[in-house]
Amino acid sequence: MNTALPVLKAGDFGSDQDVRWCPGCGDYSILAQMKKILPDVGIPPHKIVFVSGIGCSSRFPYYMNTYGMHTIHGRAPAVATGLKIANPDLTVFVITGDGDSLSIGGNHLLHLIRRNVDLNIILFNNRIYGLTKGQYSPTSLQGHVTKSTPGGSLDYPLNPLSVVLGADATFVARSIDFNTKHLGETLYQATQHRGTSFVEVLQNCNVFNDGAWEHLTDKDVKDDNLLVLHHGKPMVYGKNNDKGVRLQGLTPQSVVLGGAVNEQHLLVHDQSAPEPHIANLLARFSNPDLPVPIGVFRQVSRPCYEEQVHQQVQQAKAKSKGDLSAIFNSGDTWTVS
Amino acid sequence: MLQTELGESSKPVQELKGATVRLVGDSGDGMQLSGMQLTNTSALAGNDIATFPDFPAEIRAPRGTRAGVSGFQVHFSSEEIFTPGDGLDALICMNPAALVTNLRDLKPNGLLIVNEDSFEDKDLKLAKLAKNPLEDGTTDGYRLIRVKMTQLTRDAVAETKISVKEADRCKNFFAMGLVFWLYGRDLTPTLRFIEKKFAGKTDVATANRLALMAGWNFGETTEAFPTTYQVPPATLPGGTYRSVIGNQALAYGLMTAAKLSGKKLFLGTYPITPASDILHELSRFKHLDVLTFQAEDEIAAVCSVIGVAFAGQMGVTTSSGPGILLKGEGMSLGVMMELPMLIIDVQRGGPSTGLPTKTEQADLLMAIHGRHGECPMPVIAAASPADCYDAAIEAWRVATRLMTPVMILTDGYIANGSEPWKIPDVQTMRPIAIHHPTETQDSKFLPYERDNLLARPWAIPGTEGLMHRIGGLEKEDRTGNVSYDAANHQHMVNTRAQKVRNVNDLVEPPVIFGQRSGDVLVVSWGGTFGACRTAVTQLQALGHSVSHLHLRWVNPLPAELKAMLAGFEKIVIPELNTGQLRQLIQGQLSISAEGINKVEGKPFSVGELVAKIQAIALKCDSQIATSE
Ligand SMILES: Cc1ncc(C[n+]2csc(CCOP(=O)(O)OP(=O)(O)O)c2C)c(N)n1
Ligand code: SF4
Ligand SMILES: [Mg+2]
Repeated sequence: MNTALPVLKAGDFGSDQDVRWCPGCGDYSILAQMKKILPDVGIPPHKIVFVSGIGCSSRFPYYMNTYGMHTIHGRAPAVATGLKIANPDLTVFVITGDGDSLSIGGNHLLHLIRRNVDLNIILFNNRIYGLTKGQYSPTSLQGHVTKSTPGGSLDYPLNPLSVVLGADATFVARSIDFNTKHLGETLYQATQHRGTSFVEVLQNCNVFNDGAWEHLTDKDVKDDNLLVLHHGKPMVYGKNNDKGVRLQGLTPQSVVLGGAVNEQHLLVHDQSAPEPHIANLLARFSNPDLPVPIGVFRQVSRPCYEEQVHQQVQQAKAKSKGDLSAIFNSGDTWTVS
Repeated sequence: MLQTELGESSKPVQELKGATVRLVGDSGDGMQLSGMQLTNTSALAGNDIATFPDFPAEIRAPRGTRAGVSGFQVHFSSEEIFTPGDGLDALICMNPAALVTNLRDLKPNGLLIVNEDSFEDKDLKLAKLAKNPLEDGTTDGYRLIRVKMTQLTRDAVAETKISVKEADRCKNFFAMGLVFWLYGRDLTPTLRFIEKKFAGKTDVATANRLALMAGWNFGETTEAFPTTYQVPPATLPGGTYRSVIGNQALAYGLMTAAKLSGKKLFLGTYPITPASDILHELSRFKHLDVLTFQAEDEIAAVCSVIGVAFAGQMGVTTSSGPGILLKGEGMSLGVMMELPMLIIDVQRGGPSTGLPTKTEQADLLMAIHGRHGECPMPVIAAASPADCYDAAIEAWRVATRLMTPVMILTDGYIANGSEPWKIPDVQTMRPIAIHHPTETQDSKFLPYERDNLLARPWAIPGTEGLMHRIGGLEKEDRTGNVSYDAANHQHMVNTRAQKVRNVNDLVEPPVIFGQRSGDVLVVSWGGTFGACRTAVTQLQALGHSVSHLHLRWVNPLPAELKAMLAGFEKIVIPELNTGQLRQLIQGQLSISAEGINKVEGKPFSVGELVAKIQAIALKCDSQIATSE
């Protein structure tokens, strides 16, 4: 028995620090699901690093009994890239908010994703700046009235999934803080992907933007507004599984099943499609015309950045021998006696 | 074989102590390459050398215009030298624009060699000249030698199949051949260079070789040159030497520091003049575990380095003024996290894009103070191209011993300049000892516990039992937990400040050159070392009571600085800024000082320093007393 690895439980991943989010904040649920899935992931806490930027969401690393870095606003992707290059054995998570990752840190997000560094980005999207007490964010809907936009915001919102698909993300998923089971499963799948996994979690800020995702969480309406993606399955949704999504030319359409339209006419979800055409369409689905998809939109494989970095090193070592002295003495030298 | 064909010059040889030669032409004329060749052959001849490449910010400004003039100055000597020289002994001009913008630096009766073929009306117009300077008296007082370089080069390469355009590109080799003849330089290294550089392009290689030899032969046969010159080898300390460029020396120093500390070197950076060559240089050494990361911007660059530092490796970021500002928030995080890393600022003329290819020392106060909050960071300044090597090693030694980011200041002048470098034996250098705490089971790990010099432990992810979180929020002493406690913040601010002052316990104090008391102490830092040391030496020879103190660490200032300055009546601080070290010394030590300041994008000349320091020395009490 004493040679067996200790079996870890969710509690083993929690730190001794008091959690300081507002009561009722969606962040609690994400924290709980993360602690819950990590024992299944099977990586011991000392090989895990949580890296975050700044925001309510970015306090996350303090609450995990792993290694952690609470860095500066928007820059966690860059810090995590350096960390992962320096030690590819670590399992790295980037925890970020909608402002952190899409406003001040937008540039770094794109570059991390295009490089496909093997780590997991969890974006807590509450469509608001929580920590600075309620200004609108890059995902706030147009016309949003906040402290900084008394006349309604003018900026057209960014769609996080369209943005990351545009950067050729290899793993793209979405889940919801309220859907704890789906959230846990989605986080778990993200950890199983090699390359950058991007998970947008629709998160409620009950203090500054309460109900931003109500249409997707309210018991009475959510099933008619949500499409849960399953790889290889037709896109069926609705309270009574009586609706579906089909393509008319290049235009997706919501249809009611029955009569002339049956499951065979529907789009079948293929998360591993080499080109992200359908994933791009799915990312843009919005109520009321179309259901909002959750689940894994895309998962394809592409070489990881840090792996290639170290491959180049190995290739260079195979090609050139020699040490510092050889380099210093190469070229023209002269001797003074 | 070739060298023996040409043999040695049959003309009389005149021995010189040293010479300063500048090659100037259009950006596309290959002057930088020619200058480097002259540098290398002079170094190989055993001369001490110092160089000053000077080129425009535009890659190819319109051909033949004054904006496109690019020059390379080489000073070679049989004596120890510290600067690329003031006045020119010889000036080689490839076009009228080069002539009119450089002639004022040529000494009276100096040698002026011009490519006569490029002084036609269209060339004069491009240089915005109404009259031909070769004919209107402009060149009176100089030894003007007109050479039909374009035609002679074309003739020389005629046997190859290359086009006229390609032939004209060989002109710089003709000019080089002539200069090499003039100073008795060996052609062999340049012939080797041609072979290597143009491998696979046989015609071009042959043409350049022919042009080089034609230049040499021209010197030998023309009646314009009655004598050739010879500069005997300098007496340098024993050892094997090579010539090294500042940025290259810095790259070598970083690699050596990594080796001495058993770390992998990671450079996270974003291209910017004049720092990019450090990236170019390091990217060639992957086989020695050197990783280079061209980040999306400077912020990402410094942040990647923070990640690397947390992971337990050697992270370095390089930039120049504009990029260093962008790194400010990241550097502050590094200070708060108390992680070792190096930030290198190769200074250039500012503000904003300023004079991107010219030198300046105006980032000193930014380096020391340019972050938010009470955010102290040690700052070391390299004194010369070869010194960049030692500065890099010393900076990493301090960074790892004290667990702090360290900034290294260099500047465009020493970054691009070259000098002889005695190749060190890395095997015999003192290792940089680093200790990472290992697994603990029982006691709780304290990431902000401190040792005798206030350094905290460097525990790295992957180590069992040492899981901890660090971040930008203020830390509780010892535990590192987030703390907003008033007394704790005061304590941590004091601790971080004291830790930086502790650099003085680790490094050698600076030494006064000359008497420890007297009329004038010249205090300098960074790349002005050579000009200041040469000027002080000359003033001492003239009998003035002038000493020199060169600062290596500019933050913290040396503990004994105040006492050192107290022995002198006047403190003089020459700087290529409007008086930044002067402000620091006056502010921190309450000692008043006189500044010699200029911001012209150029280094000090020795002559101007001598004149200005002498004027101050003559106003000192002892001088006035003796003249009465
Ligand atoms: C450089 C910088 N600019 C601004 C801030 C202030 N700031 C902190 S968090 C934040 C917005 C956070 O919003 P988001 O990323 O959506 O995170 P949330 O709090 O909603 O989880 C801002 C503007 C900062 N800390 N640093
Ligand atoms: S402000 Fe909003 S996002 Fe921040 S902790 Fe409170 S509820 Fe959560
Ligand atoms: Mg937010």
